[in-house]
Amino acid sequence: MIEDRQLEILVNDVFEYYGFDFSGYSRASLKRRVDRIYQLDGFQNFYDFLTRVKTDTGYFKRMVEEITVNVTEMFRDPHFYKVLREEILPQLGTKPFIRIWHAGCSSGEEVFSMAILLKEANLLQKALIYATDINPIVLDTAKKGIFPLRMMKQYSENYIESGGKLDFSNYYTANYGYAKFGEDLLTKMVYSQHNLVSDSSFNEFDLILCRNVMIYFDKDLQERALGLFDDSLSKLGYLALGTKETIKFSPIQKRYVQLNKDKIWKKMH
Amino acid sequence: MEKDALISGCKVLIVGGSAGSLEVLLQLIPGLKALPDFSMVIILHRKYTDDTTLEELLSLRTTIPVKEVEDKTPLVAGNIYIAPADYHLLFEKSGVLSLDISEKVNYSRPSIDVSFESVAEAFGASVIGVLLSGANADGTLGLNAIKEAGGKVVVQDPASAGMPFMPQNAIDNVVVDEVLNVTDLFRFISSINQ
Repeated sequence: MIEDRQLEILVNDVFEYYGFDFSGYSRASLKRRVDRIYQLDGFQNFYDFLTRVKTDTGYFKRMVEEITVNVTEMFRDPHFYKVLREEILPQLGTKPFIRIWHAGCSSGEEVFSMAILLKEANLLQKALIYATDINPIVLDTAKKGIFPLRMMKQYSENYIESGGKLDFSNYYTANYGYAKFGEDLLTKMVYSQHNLVSDSSFNEFDLILCRNVMIYFDKDLQERALGLFDDSLSKLGYLALGTKETIKFSPIQKRYVQLNKDKIWKKMH
Repeated sequence: MEKDALISGCKVLIVGGSAGSLEVLLQLIPGLKALPDFSMVIILHRKYTDDTTLEELLSLRTTIPVKEVEDKTPLVAGNIYIAPADYHLLFEKSGVLSLDISEKVNYSRPSIDVSFESVAEAFGASVIGVLLSGANADGTLGLNAIKEAGGKVVVQDPASAGMPFMPQNAIDNVVVDEVLNVTDLFRFISSINQ
Protein backbone atom coordinates (compact mmCIF):
# COMPACT_ATOMS: atom_id res chain seq x y z
CA MET A 1 0.00 0.00 0.00
CA ILE A 2 1.22 3.47 -0.80
CA GLU A 3 1.24 6.18 1.85
CA ASP A 4 -0.76 9.41 1.83
CA ARG A 5 2.40 11.40 1.35
CA GLN A 6 3.36 9.29 -1.68
CA LEU A 7 -0.08 9.75 -3.20
CA GLU A 8 0.41 13.51 -3.01
CA ILE A 9 3.79 13.19 -4.71
CA LEU A 10 2.18 11.16 -7.49
CA VAL A 11 -0.64 13.72 -7.91
CA ASN A 12 1.87 16.59 -8.10
CA ASP A 13 4.19 14.84 -10.53
CA VAL A 14 1.36 13.73 -12.81
CA PHE A 15 0.20 17.33 -13.01
CA GLU A 16 3.72 18.58 -13.68
CA TYR A 17 4.51 15.98 -16.36
CA TYR A 18 1.17 15.52 -18.07
CA GLY A 19 -1.08 18.42 -17.02
CA PHE A 20 -3.73 16.05 -15.60
CA ASP A 21 -4.87 17.42 -12.26
CA PHE A 22 -6.13 14.80 -9.82
CA SER A 23 -5.69 17.06 -6.80
CA GLY A 24 -9.45 17.56 -6.47
CA TYR A 25 -10.23 13.86 -6.58
CA SER A 26 -11.74 12.29 -3.51
CA ARG A 27 -8.80 10.75 -1.64
CA ALA A 28 -10.45 7.58 -0.39
CA SER A 29 -11.31 6.42 -3.88
CA LEU A 30 -8.15 7.72 -5.59
CA LYS A 31 -5.92 5.97 -3.07
CA ARG A 32 -7.81 2.75 -3.50
CA ARG A 33 -7.52 2.93 -7.29
CA VAL A 34 -3.80 3.75 -7.21
CA ASP A 35 -3.17 0.98 -4.67
CA ARG A 36 -5.04 -1.39 -6.93
CA ILE A 37 -2.93 -0.75 -10.03
CA TYR A 38 0.27 -0.63 -7.94
CA GLN A 39 -0.48 -4.15 -6.67
CA LEU A 40 -1.91 -5.44 -9.94
CA ASP A 41 1.28 -4.52 -11.77
CA GLY A 42 3.48 -6.00 -9.06
CA PHE A 43 5.35 -2.93 -7.85
CA GLN A 44 7.35 -3.32 -4.63
CA ASN A 45 8.68 0.17 -4.38
CA PHE A 46 6.75 3.42 -4.76
CA TYR A 47 9.59 5.22 -6.53
CA ASP A 48 9.81 2.51 -9.21
CA PHE A 49 6.11 3.05 -9.82
CA LEU A 50 6.49 6.83 -9.86
CA THR A 51 9.40 6.68 -12.31
CA ARG A 52 7.44 4.38 -14.61
CA VAL A 53 4.47 6.76 -14.60
CA LYS A 54 6.69 9.76 -15.31
CA THR A 55 8.86 8.23 -18.04
CA ASP A 56 6.49 5.87 -19.85
CA THR A 57 3.57 7.70 -21.49
CA GLY A 58 1.90 4.42 -22.39
CA TYR A 59 1.97 3.36 -18.76
CA PHE A 60 0.64 6.73 -17.67
CA LYS A 61 -2.35 6.20 -19.98
CA ARG A 62 -2.91 2.79 -18.48
CA MET A 63 -2.86 4.34 -15.02
CA VAL A 64 -5.43 6.98 -15.99
CA GLU A 65 -7.58 4.25 -17.51
CA GLU A 66 -7.39 2.22 -14.30
CA ILE A 67 -7.89 5.00 -11.78
CA THR A 68 -10.79 6.65 -13.58
CA VAL A 69 -13.74 4.34 -13.07
CA ASN A 70 -15.53 3.32 -16.25
CA VAL A 71 -18.35 1.18 -14.94
CA THR A 72 -21.52 2.02 -16.86
CA GLU A 73 -24.48 0.35 -18.52
CA MET A 74 -27.36 1.11 -20.88
CA PHE A 75 -30.50 2.38 -19.20
CA ARG A 76 -28.77 2.14 -15.82
CA ASP A 77 -31.45 2.87 -13.18
CA PRO A 78 -34.39 2.25 -15.54
CA HIS A 79 -36.74 4.41 -13.53
CA PHE A 80 -34.52 7.41 -14.20
CA TYR A 81 -34.89 6.78 -17.94
CA LYS A 82 -38.63 6.38 -17.53
CA VAL A 83 -38.77 9.88 -16.06
CA LEU A 84 -36.65 11.21 -18.93
CA ARG A 85 -38.92 9.48 -21.42
CA GLU A 86 -42.21 10.51 -19.88
CA GLU A 87 -41.54 13.89 -18.30
CA ILE A 88 -38.37 15.53 -19.58
CA LEU A 89 -38.29 14.73 -23.30
CA PRO A 90 -41.88 15.91 -23.93
CA GLN A 91 -40.82 19.27 -22.43
CA LEU A 92 -37.68 19.48 -24.51
CA GLY A 93 -39.67 18.44 -27.58
CA THR A 94 -41.36 21.84 -27.67
CA LYS A 95 -38.02 23.45 -28.56
CA PRO A 96 -36.88 23.87 -32.16
CA PHE A 97 -33.54 22.27 -31.35
CA ILE A 98 -32.35 20.14 -28.44
CA ARG A 99 -28.80 20.20 -27.11
CA ILE A 100 -27.75 17.56 -24.61
CA TRP A 101 -24.41 17.09 -22.83
CA HIS A 102 -23.29 13.82 -21.29
CA ALA A 103 -20.37 14.89 -19.09
CA GLY A 104 -18.13 11.96 -18.16
CA CYS A 105 -19.80 9.69 -20.71
CA SER A 106 -17.26 6.84 -20.38
CA SER A 107 -17.75 4.24 -23.14
CA GLY A 108 -21.06 5.75 -24.27
CA GLU A 109 -23.70 3.36 -22.94
CA GLU A 110 -25.80 6.18 -21.49
CA VAL A 111 -25.35 8.24 -24.66
CA PHE A 112 -26.80 5.44 -26.77
CA SER A 113 -29.63 5.03 -24.27
CA MET A 114 -30.43 8.72 -24.70
CA ALA A 115 -30.31 8.50 -28.50
CA ILE A 116 -32.76 5.58 -28.36
CA LEU A 117 -35.13 7.58 -26.14
CA LEU A 118 -34.92 10.54 -28.52
CA LYS A 119 -35.56 8.33 -31.52
CA GLU A 120 -38.62 6.78 -29.92
CA ALA A 121 -39.93 10.26 -29.06
CA ASN A 122 -39.37 11.33 -32.68
CA LEU A 123 -36.93 13.97 -31.52
CA LEU A 124 -33.63 12.55 -32.68
CA GLN A 125 -33.57 14.52 -35.93
CA LYS A 126 -33.62 17.84 -34.09
CA ALA A 127 -31.27 16.81 -31.28
CA LEU A 128 -27.53 16.88 -30.86
CA ILE A 129 -25.81 14.96 -28.07
CA TYR A 130 -22.39 16.15 -26.95
CA ALA A 131 -20.56 13.44 -25.05
CA THR A 132 -17.30 14.12 -23.26
CA ASP A 133 -14.86 12.30 -21.05
CA ILE A 134 -11.40 12.93 -19.63
CA ASN A 135 -10.22 9.59 -21.04
CA PRO A 136 -9.67 9.38 -24.85
CA ILE A 137 -9.57 5.56 -24.79
CA VAL A 138 -13.18 5.20 -23.67
CA LEU A 139 -14.26 7.82 -26.22
CA ASP A 140 -12.82 5.69 -29.01
CA THR A 141 -14.94 2.78 -27.79
CA ALA A 142 -18.04 4.96 -27.56
CA LYS A 143 -17.62 6.31 -31.11
CA LYS A 144 -17.74 2.81 -32.56
CA GLY A 145 -21.11 1.98 -31.01
CA ILE A 146 -19.98 -1.59 -30.45
CA PHE A 147 -20.69 -3.26 -27.12
CA PRO A 148 -20.32 -6.81 -25.80
CA LEU A 149 -23.26 -8.96 -26.85
CA ARG A 150 -23.35 -10.68 -23.45
CA MET A 151 -24.54 -7.40 -21.89
CA MET A 152 -27.61 -7.13 -24.13
CA LYS A 153 -29.88 -9.30 -22.00
CA GLN A 154 -29.44 -6.97 -19.03
CA TYR A 155 -29.73 -3.86 -21.23
CA SER A 156 -32.87 -5.19 -22.85
CA GLU A 157 -34.44 -5.74 -19.42
CA ASN A 158 -33.44 -2.24 -18.35
CA TYR A 159 -34.87 -0.85 -21.60
CA ILE A 160 -38.22 -2.54 -21.06
CA GLU A 161 -38.30 -1.39 -17.43
CA SER A 162 -37.68 2.17 -18.63
CA GLY A 163 -40.88 1.98 -20.67
CA GLY A 164 -39.39 0.75 -23.95
CA LYS A 165 -42.00 -0.94 -26.13
CA LEU A 166 -39.90 -2.35 -28.96
CA ASP A 167 -37.71 -5.38 -29.26
CA PHE A 168 -34.37 -4.02 -28.04
CA SER A 169 -32.48 -6.17 -30.55
CA ASN A 170 -33.91 -3.95 -33.33
CA TYR A 171 -31.30 -1.41 -32.34
CA TYR A 172 -28.22 -3.50 -33.00
CA THR A 173 -26.74 -6.13 -35.26
CA ALA A 174 -25.14 -9.05 -33.48
CA ASN A 175 -21.84 -10.31 -34.79
CA TYR A 176 -19.00 -12.37 -33.28
CA GLY A 177 -20.00 -11.68 -29.70
CA TYR A 178 -20.56 -7.97 -30.27
CA ALA A 179 -23.61 -5.80 -30.75
CA LYS A 180 -23.18 -2.96 -33.21
CA PHE A 181 -25.67 -0.14 -32.81
CA GLY A 182 -27.19 1.67 -35.82
CA GLU A 183 -25.45 4.55 -37.59
CA ASP A 184 -28.60 6.67 -37.32
CA LEU A 185 -27.99 6.91 -33.56
CA LEU A 186 -24.29 7.72 -34.01
CA THR A 187 -24.83 10.59 -36.45
CA LYS A 188 -26.44 12.65 -33.69
CA MET A 189 -23.52 12.28 -31.28
CA VAL A 190 -20.44 14.46 -31.01
CA TYR A 191 -17.64 12.95 -28.90
CA SER A 192 -14.74 14.96 -27.56
CA GLN A 193 -12.25 14.97 -24.75
CA HIS A 194 -13.19 17.40 -21.98
CA ASN A 195 -11.84 17.66 -18.46
CA LEU A 196 -14.25 18.83 -15.78
CA VAL A 197 -11.26 19.81 -13.63
CA SER A 198 -9.69 22.32 -16.00
CA ASP A 199 -11.83 22.96 -19.09
CA SER A 200 -14.57 25.54 -19.34
CA SER A 201 -18.10 25.71 -20.70
CA PHE A 202 -18.29 25.17 -24.48
CA ASN A 203 -21.96 25.51 -25.35
CA GLU A 204 -25.42 26.02 -23.94
CA PHE A 205 -27.52 22.96 -23.25
CA ASP A 206 -31.11 22.05 -22.47
CA LEU A 207 -30.16 18.93 -20.57
CA ILE A 208 -26.88 18.01 -18.90
CA LEU A 209 -26.30 14.51 -17.55
CA CYS A 210 -23.37 13.77 -15.28
CA ARG A 211 -24.13 10.57 -13.47
CA ASN A 212 -21.77 8.92 -11.00
CA VAL A 213 -18.83 11.06 -12.12
CA MET A 214 -18.67 13.69 -9.39
CA ILE A 215 -18.71 11.02 -6.67
CA TYR A 216 -14.97 10.73 -7.39
CA PHE A 217 -14.41 14.45 -6.71
CA ASP A 218 -13.91 16.20 -3.41
CA LYS A 219 -16.39 18.89 -2.44
CA ASP A 220 -14.40 21.79 -3.92
CA LEU A 221 -14.09 20.10 -7.28
CA GLN A 222 -17.75 19.09 -7.18
CA GLU A 223 -18.51 22.76 -6.68
CA ARG A 224 -16.41 23.70 -9.70
CA ALA A 225 -18.12 21.13 -11.89
CA LEU A 226 -21.58 22.20 -10.73
CA GLY A 227 -20.65 25.81 -11.51
CA LEU A 228 -19.57 24.72 -14.96
CA PHE A 229 -22.89 22.91 -15.52
CA ASP A 230 -24.79 25.93 -14.24
CA ASP A 231 -22.92 28.14 -16.73
CA SER A 232 -23.68 25.70 -19.53
CA LEU A 233 -27.37 25.20 -18.88
CA SER A 234 -30.10 27.29 -20.52
CA LYS A 235 -32.89 28.76 -18.42
CA LEU A 236 -35.42 26.01 -17.66
CA GLY A 237 -32.81 23.44 -18.63
CA TYR A 238 -32.35 20.21 -16.69
CA LEU A 239 -29.43 18.81 -14.72
CA ALA A 240 -29.41 15.06 -14.08
CA LEU A 241 -27.08 13.37 -11.60
CA GLY A 242 -26.62 9.83 -10.29
CA THR A 243 -29.20 8.32 -7.93
CA LYS A 244 -27.08 8.96 -4.82
CA GLU A 245 -25.78 12.40 -5.76
CA THR A 246 -27.19 15.74 -4.68
CA ILE A 247 -26.76 19.51 -5.21
CA LYS A 248 -28.27 20.28 -1.83
CA PHE A 249 -24.95 21.33 -0.27
CA SER A 250 -24.14 23.63 -3.22
CA PRO A 251 -24.83 27.37 -3.61
CA ILE A 252 -26.30 26.72 -7.08
CA GLN A 253 -29.20 24.79 -5.56
CA LYS A 254 -31.13 27.99 -4.81
CA ARG A 255 -31.69 28.50 -8.53
CA TYR A 256 -32.89 24.94 -9.05
CA VAL A 257 -35.98 22.93 -8.28
CA GLN A 258 -35.71 19.18 -7.85
CA LEU A 259 -38.31 17.34 -9.89
CA ASN A 260 -38.60 14.08 -8.02
CA LYS A 261 -36.55 11.43 -6.32
CA ASP A 262 -34.69 10.66 -9.51
CA LYS A 263 -32.11 13.41 -9.12
CA ILE A 264 -33.20 15.74 -11.90
CA TRP A 265 -33.13 19.46 -11.20
CA LYS A 266 -34.66 22.25 -13.30
CA LYS A 267 -32.87 25.59 -13.58
CA MET A 268 -35.45 28.24 -12.73
CA HIS A 269 -33.38 31.40 -13.30
CA MET B 1 -15.03 -8.66 28.40
CA GLU B 2 -12.19 -6.27 29.24
CA LYS B 3 -14.56 -3.36 29.13
CA ASP B 4 -12.40 -0.27 29.27
CA ALA B 5 -9.86 -1.48 26.78
CA LEU B 6 -12.51 -2.61 24.40
CA ILE B 7 -15.26 -0.13 24.24
CA SER B 8 -14.18 3.45 24.76
CA GLY B 9 -13.00 6.00 22.22
CA CYS B 10 -15.06 4.53 19.42
CA LYS B 11 -15.91 6.92 16.59
CA VAL B 12 -17.28 4.47 14.07
CA LEU B 13 -19.03 1.17 14.64
CA ILE B 14 -19.16 -0.52 11.27
CA VAL B 15 -21.31 -3.59 10.76
CA GLY B 16 -21.03 -5.83 7.72
CA GLY B 17 -23.36 -8.63 6.83
CA SER B 18 -24.88 -10.73 4.11
CA ALA B 19 -27.49 -13.50 4.04
CA GLY B 20 -29.06 -13.90 7.49
CA SER B 21 -27.88 -10.48 8.75
CA LEU B 22 -31.05 -8.48 8.32
CA GLU B 23 -32.74 -10.60 10.99
CA VAL B 24 -29.86 -9.85 13.37
CA LEU B 25 -30.06 -6.10 12.72
CA LEU B 26 -33.80 -6.18 13.33
CA GLN B 27 -33.11 -7.78 16.71
CA LEU B 28 -30.26 -5.43 17.63
CA ILE B 29 -31.36 -1.98 16.55
CA PRO B 30 -34.80 -1.53 18.18
CA GLY B 31 -33.29 -1.89 21.67
CA LEU B 32 -30.51 0.66 21.20
CA LYS B 33 -31.19 3.91 23.05
CA ALA B 34 -28.52 6.14 21.56
CA LEU B 35 -25.07 6.02 19.99
CA PRO B 36 -22.95 8.21 22.30
CA ASP B 37 -20.12 9.94 20.37
CA PHE B 38 -20.06 7.36 17.60
CA SER B 39 -21.90 6.61 14.42
CA MET B 40 -22.99 3.23 13.18
CA VAL B 41 -22.48 2.34 9.54
CA ILE B 42 -24.16 -0.70 8.02
CA ILE B 43 -22.84 -2.47 4.94
CA LEU B 44 -25.33 -5.11 3.92
CA HIS B 45 -25.35 -7.21 0.76
CA ARG B 46 -28.73 -7.03 -0.86
CA LYS B 47 -30.58 -6.84 -4.11
CA TYR B 48 -30.66 -3.50 -5.89
CA THR B 49 -34.44 -3.36 -5.71
CA ASP B 50 -34.51 -3.63 -1.90
CA ASP B 51 -33.01 -0.17 -1.78
CA THR B 52 -35.10 2.18 0.34
CA THR B 53 -36.83 -0.67 2.11
CA LEU B 54 -33.90 -1.30 4.42
CA GLU B 55 -33.78 2.32 5.57
CA GLU B 56 -37.53 2.24 6.15
CA LEU B 57 -37.42 -1.13 7.90
CA LEU B 58 -34.87 0.13 10.41
CA SER B 59 -36.31 3.65 10.76
CA LEU B 60 -39.64 2.24 11.84
CA ARG B 61 -38.01 0.39 14.70
CA THR B 62 -35.74 3.01 16.30
CA THR B 63 -35.67 6.64 17.36
CA ILE B 64 -32.04 6.87 16.28
CA PRO B 65 -31.87 8.71 12.93
CA VAL B 66 -31.30 6.24 10.07
CA LYS B 67 -29.93 7.64 6.83
CA GLU B 68 -29.18 5.99 3.55
CA VAL B 69 -25.88 7.47 2.41
CA GLU B 70 -25.71 9.96 -0.45
CA ASP B 71 -22.34 10.96 -1.82
CA LYS B 72 -20.36 13.24 0.56
CA THR B 73 -22.79 12.77 3.45
CA PRO B 74 -21.07 14.06 6.62
CA LEU B 75 -20.59 11.34 9.22
CA VAL B 76 -22.28 12.62 12.39
CA ALA B 77 -22.14 10.85 15.76
CA GLY B 78 -25.44 9.49 16.96
CA ASN B 79 -26.72 8.45 13.53
CA ILE B 80 -27.05 5.15 11.72
CA TYR B 81 -25.88 5.17 8.09
CA ILE B 82 -26.74 2.55 5.50
CA ALA B 83 -24.62 1.91 2.42
CA PRO B 84 -26.87 2.19 -0.65
CA ALA B 85 -27.23 -0.86 -2.89
CA ASP B 86 -24.94 -1.01 -5.92
CA TYR B 87 -22.31 1.43 -4.58
CA HIS B 88 -19.16 0.90 -2.56
CA LEU B 89 -19.01 3.12 0.51
CA LEU B 90 -15.72 4.86 1.36
CA PHE B 91 -14.59 7.01 4.30
CA GLU B 92 -12.78 10.29 3.74
CA LYS B 93 -10.35 11.54 6.40
CA SER B 94 -12.27 14.82 6.29
CA GLY B 95 -15.19 12.96 7.90
CA VAL B 96 -17.50 12.61 4.91
CA LEU B 97 -18.67 9.45 3.17
CA SER B 98 -18.00 8.95 -0.53
CA LEU B 99 -19.63 6.52 -2.93
CA ASP B 100 -17.92 4.57 -5.69
CA ILE B 101 -19.31 2.38 -8.48
CA SER B 102 -16.09 0.62 -9.43
CA GLU B 103 -15.96 -3.16 -9.97
CA LYS B 104 -17.66 -5.51 -7.56
CA VAL B 105 -15.38 -7.00 -4.93
CA ASN B 106 -16.17 -10.54 -3.68
CA TYR B 107 -19.06 -10.45 -6.19
CA SER B 108 -20.49 -7.65 -4.07
CA ARG B 109 -21.22 -3.95 -4.27
CA PRO B 110 -21.29 -2.68 -1.61
CA SER B 111 -18.37 -4.83 -0.55
CA ILE B 112 -17.76 -5.19 3.17
CA ASP B 113 -14.00 -5.48 2.62
CA VAL B 114 -13.90 -2.21 0.69
CA SER B 115 -15.69 -0.25 3.42
CA PHE B 116 -13.83 -1.95 6.29
CA GLU B 117 -10.45 -1.25 4.69
CA SER B 118 -11.47 2.34 4.04
CA VAL B 119 -12.74 3.01 7.57
CA ALA B 120 -9.56 1.45 8.99
CA GLU B 121 -7.47 3.79 6.86
CA ALA B 122 -9.47 6.89 7.83
CA PHE B 123 -10.27 6.21 11.50
CA GLY B 124 -7.66 3.69 12.66
CA ALA B 125 -7.95 2.68 16.29
CA SER B 126 -11.31 4.45 16.73
CA VAL B 127 -13.10 1.77 14.75
CA ILE B 128 -15.04 -1.25 15.92
CA GLY B 129 -15.81 -3.69 13.12
CA VAL B 130 -18.59 -6.26 13.43
CA LEU B 131 -19.14 -9.06 10.95
CA LEU B 132 -22.46 -10.89 10.92
CA SER B 133 -24.01 -13.84 9.14
CA GLY B 134 -23.31 -14.54 5.50
CA ALA B 135 -22.47 -17.10 2.87
CA ASN B 136 -19.38 -15.59 1.26
CA ALA B 137 -15.86 -14.55 2.23
CA ASP B 138 -16.44 -10.79 2.13
CA GLY B 139 -15.43 -9.02 5.34
CA THR B 140 -12.46 -11.14 6.38
CA LEU B 141 -9.77 -8.99 4.75
CA GLY B 142 -11.58 -5.90 5.96
CA LEU B 143 -11.67 -7.07 9.57
CA ASN B 144 -7.99 -7.78 9.30
CA ALA B 145 -7.36 -4.22 8.10
CA ILE B 146 -9.33 -2.83 11.06
CA LYS B 147 -7.35 -5.04 13.44
CA GLU B 148 -4.02 -3.99 11.94
CA ALA B 149 -4.96 -0.32 12.23
CA GLY B 150 -5.55 -0.83 15.97
CA GLY B 151 -9.33 -1.15 15.94
CA LYS B 152 -11.45 -3.84 17.55
CA VAL B 153 -13.01 -6.71 15.66
CA VAL B 154 -16.09 -8.62 16.67
CA VAL B 155 -17.71 -11.53 14.88
CA GLN B 156 -21.15 -13.05 15.28
CA ASP B 157 -20.92 -16.52 16.77
CA PRO B 158 -21.31 -18.80 13.72
CA ALA B 159 -23.51 -21.09 15.81
CA SER B 160 -26.01 -18.23 16.13
CA ALA B 161 -25.77 -17.15 12.49
CA GLY B 162 -28.29 -18.04 9.80
CA MET B 163 -25.32 -18.49 7.46
CA PRO B 164 -22.19 -19.40 9.44
CA PHE B 165 -19.67 -19.28 6.58
CA MET B 166 -18.84 -15.58 6.67
CA PRO B 167 -18.22 -15.23 10.42
CA GLN B 168 -16.41 -18.59 10.52
CA ASN B 169 -14.12 -17.54 7.69
CA ALA B 170 -13.22 -14.41 9.66
CA ILE B 171 -12.54 -16.42 12.84
CA ASP B 172 -10.29 -18.77 10.87
CA ASN B 173 -8.24 -15.95 9.38
CA VAL B 174 -8.28 -12.98 11.75
CA VAL B 175 -7.36 -12.65 15.41
CA VAL B 176 -10.80 -11.51 16.53
CA ASP B 177 -11.42 -9.77 19.85
CA GLU B 178 -14.86 -11.19 20.49
CA VAL B 179 -17.15 -13.90 19.15
CA LEU B 180 -20.65 -13.08 20.35
CA ASN B 181 -24.18 -14.35 19.95
CA VAL B 182 -26.93 -11.83 19.23
CA THR B 183 -27.80 -11.17 22.88
CA ASP B 184 -24.17 -10.53 23.83
CA LEU B 185 -23.67 -8.47 20.71
CA PHE B 186 -26.53 -6.23 21.82
CA ARG B 187 -24.93 -5.83 25.26
CA PHE B 188 -21.60 -5.09 23.65
CA ILE B 189 -22.96 -2.36 21.35
CA SER B 190 -24.99 -0.83 24.20
CA SER B 191 -21.83 -0.46 26.26
CA ILE B 192 -19.76 1.39 23.64
CA ASN B 193 -18.50 4.74 24.99
CA GLN B 194 -20.64 4.38 28.10
